[in-house]
Amino acid sequence: MTSETDAKQIADAAPRPAAGGRAASAPLLGRATEPTIFELSQPGRRSVQLLTTGVPEWPVDELVPVEHRRDVPVRLAEVSERDLVGHFTRLSHRQFSVDLGAYPLGSCTMKYNPKICDAVAVLPGLAAVHPGAPASLTQGWLSLLVELEEVLCAITGMAAATLQPAAGAAGELTGLLLMRAFHAANGEQRHRVIIPDSAHGTNPASVTLGGYEVTTVPSDERGCVDMGALREVLDTDVAGIMLTNPNTLGLFEEEIAEIAAAVHEVGGLLYYDGANLNAILGVVRPGDMGFDIVHMNLHKTFATPHGGGGPGAGPVAVSERLVDFLPGPRPVRRLGGVSEGNTFSPSEFAWVEPSRSIGRVHSWHGNALVLARALTYILVHGSDGLQRVAERAVLNANWLRVRLAGVFDVPFDRPCMHEVVLSASTLRKEHSVKALDVAKRLLEEGFHSPTVYFPLIVDEALMIEPTETESLQTLEALADALEAIVVEARSGDQSAWAAPRTTPVSRIDEARAARTLVATFDARR
Amino acid sequence: MNVPDDLRYSSDHEWARADGSRVRIGITDYAQDALGDIVFVDLPALGSDCAVGGTIGEVESTKSVSEVFAPVGGTVAAVNGALTDAPELMNEDPYGQGWLCEIEVAEDGALDALLDAAAYRQLTES
Repeated sequence: MTSETDAKQIADAAPRPAAGGRAASAPLLGRATEPTIFELSQPGRRSVQLLTTGVPEWPVDELVPVEHRRDVPVRLAEVSERDLVGHFTRLSHRQFSVDLGAYPLGSCTMKYNPKICDAVAVLPGLAAVHPGAPASLTQGWLSLLVELEEVLCAITGMAAATLQPAAGAAGELTGLLLMRAFHAANGEQRHRVIIPDSAHGTNPASVTLGGYEVTTVPSDERGCVDMGALREVLDTDVAGIMLTNPNTLGLFEEEIAEIAAAVHEVGGLLYYDGANLNAILGVVRPGDMGFDIVHMNLHKTFATPHGGGGPGAGPVAVSERLVDFLPGPRPVRRLGGVSEGNTFSPSEFAWVEPSRSIGRVHSWHGNALVLARALTYILVHGSDGLQRVAERAVLNANWLRVRLAGVFDVPFDRPCMHEVVLSASTLRKEHSVKALDVAKRLLEEGFHSPTVYFPLIVDEALMIEPTETESLQTLEALADALEAIVVEARSGDQSAWAAPRTTPVSRIDEARAARTLVATFDARR
Repeated sequence: MNVPDDLRYSSDHEWARADGSRVRIGITDYAQDALGDIVFVDLPALGSDCAVGGTIGEVESTKSVSEVFAPVGGTVAAVNGALTDAPELMNEDPYGQGWLCEIEVAEDGALDALLDAAAYRQLTES
């Protein structure tokens, strides 16, 4: 090294590590296929040894009557612990995960899940408790559940909540059953529920499952509920309206007070789909907007794992007039403590069945360890921290909106909330590269794809939700990658059509996979 | 956008062509373009009855699943089985090999309520 200038030149020329939270290196094992666990099976091989427990052996015929037993033993894979761990670790290396890099999947709030929440959930005092243990022995758990309910109600501005529902869709169904029970208790049978055309697909599905008919209202040119059209469909046959605010276009429904007044005027209830709650945490509360029923996706807003489809948690909070209908039993705080017959000591917390409960919507107490994670997340942040979550989620989305304005079309060019909806419409018309191609090509750059083709009312939609957990450096890297893909397409390079080329599998036949589902190894053979 | 002059159209983007009491229907060039790559077509059952505006099939593209609405009412007299193995025919030749089904209509003049090519063209361009 001869001089400082040379040193700087060498440093500048050296390859730099990828900036931001991208997972740009190729998977270790490329496209090698992984056998199923059954193909690894060897007769007699075991991962576990049962310890000598001192419990005497007993003839199985005396324990389980023969008519209640299987005719043939269940066929399980027989593998060593070493092969078992290797198999699932290799599979995990083929997955993109929120721990690996940015996951800007719009409307899903794929924020990073802090590890402290997992650390709490594995504490033996929480994890090793049998759900059937009496209240007198589980005061800690009950206090945790009650405290979570109280903070969720404080955040949403509601009177009480059930923690039972297993996830968002289960929460929606619970909310609609509450709506039905409320009207029935008033001696009314109403038939319709109103849903905006920008709604999540689960909304109409839940309405149908709840025994109601869907009435759709269109969005106006600003992307919000068309008040005129709403007034036209409102009458005393309307059980309620389901709204997401901010809506799926990432826009705040500015006329929410007028909407609430109009729906309440005809005796309907307002249901808040909490999918986008992350945008308004600590800033504005659904209860103050006039909502009667609010579901929350703890796996979105409160950073519990999305998992492989679960377990999730979708608590439902309600206004005062719906409290008696909540699923039961509910954990409640009894101030001062009340003696419970022969129990060891007066209990501060107890299980109570609401007087007009719609019944259980989940076994035991819901997905309790998910609830413990959510309370941890909330307490770690505090109320000021939760407000910063919302502010930074909104700031990040708006940064991307402005940064990508010249790259994609911006259908609603005004400040957005926690997510921004862009469109690849022009790119498709002029260069035949679709939103789907952009999404697939982005995988090669080490980012998870954004949501595409949703909301349905935006042509070639790309819906990006960065969440508050991604740094400015990651946002810059994501925007640079998206811009490079568009520049590449504009130059006539159609690589995006073949993408992704660096992932373990490329474009799979999604329609056939869904239509002719093969979910077991036996069926595959 | 291809809008043949000899066909009639629904505002839901289906086309219809009468041949005696039989009406062959499909989705328009505009519809297939908006849907994108079609990967699955759910055909109506032969002999089933359909009302005007009723659901007569389902088209799944890489973007979404969309229902196809009957532009005329009657009985399903023929279906295009080729779509089962080659749904992409709807993209490649929407007015020809990509037809969906044929409906035996009960009354004359079933097409009169539908749009002509000029009116449909105006609809898609508005």
